[in-house]
Amino acid sequence: MNDAKNKNGWNPYVSGALTGLLIILSVAVSGNYFGTSTSIVQLTGMLERVISPLRFAQIEYFNVVTPGISWQILFIAGILLGSFLSAIIFGDFKWQFFPDLWKDRLGATYLKRGLLAFFGGIIAMIGARLAGGCPSGQMSSLILLSVSGLAAMVMFFAVGIITVRLVFRGGDK
Amino acid sequence: MTNLVYGLIAGILFGFLMQRARVIRYDKQIGALLLQDMTIVKFMFTAILVGMVGIYLLGDMNILKISGRPLIIGGALIGGGLFGIGWGLLGYCPGTSWGALGEGRLDALIGILGLFAGAFIYAEIYPFLAGSVLTWGKMGSITIPQALGVNHWLIIVLFVASVIVLFRWLEKKGL
Repeated sequence: MNDAKNKNGWNPYVSGALTGLLIILSVAVSGNYFGTSTSIVQLTGMLERVISPLRFAQIEYFNVVTPGISWQILFIAGILLGSFLSAIIFGDFKWQFFPDLWKDRLGATYLKRGLLAFFGGIIAMIGARLAGGCPSGQMSSLILLSVSGLAAMVMFFAVGIITVRLVFRGGDK
Repeated sequence: MTNLVYGLIAGILFGFLMQRARVIRYDKQIGALLLQDMTIVKFMFTAILVGMVGIYLLGDMNILKISGRPLIIGGALIGGGLFGIGWGLLGYCPGTSWGALGEGRLDALIGILGLFAGAFIYAEIYPFLAGSVLTWGKMGSITIPQALGVNHWLIIVLFVASVIVLFRWLEKKGL
């Protein structure tokens, strides 16, 4: 019972509602809506400023999104830390390269999982910037009843569903 | 400085809740896209629903000033589609990949490197995008009630009701 409960985790409605309250509190206290993709741009800009200051100075986008330590960088650091703490406290931290579902359906090929994860990350980031945010940012956008949040969210799921069908086509190792 | 501390605290609590609800896992994210396990949909839409009611209440009480996010149709559709492809391949989104790394998922780390590479590429090609995709259908910061010319509570009530119907259906189907 305890094992099964731990496997399924907390009720998604309860955890989701608590997350909703957390968003309200964050906005009321500090004016910050949740979002996670801008911080990656800020960190990339900071990295580029160190590695290649000349190139950095020429890039127009870093005038649109200003690199520097921000609320959101601390927010993603917090996500990393909060998940780690939860996993340690509840005893389900586990180093793992292949997700269970992937291993069952597609086997354990490091190159394939690595390439899909890396290129998936590249495409997802470019898409998120174009759409004005990733799912956490679009959650905020939908909370505000923005048309953009609705359009982006529908596209995320519609194209995601098709993509996953193609990845798992056949479904055998 | 205080703002940064708020960010860290909000992140820790959000990461904790996402890890507990399992929504940071590849299996849950891909499970939703395979239409087999709707845990992330339940989590996400409950959060949206609660947030929406709360934020608009605070707005009506003049505690917050509410405005929509800018809509660029080209960016939302093309960017949303690209994100869908990337998400389907990676199996984590930018926020959840940090959470997945936090519970020891190393493929999420490769994904995070990809996100950085993506941000680098985006910054390089931004002048081109700013002159093309990001000019297609600039509609300003429009909200659904503004677009339809109705009171926001009508949309909120309809949204809440549809999401509850969806949840009941998902529970009935055992998803």
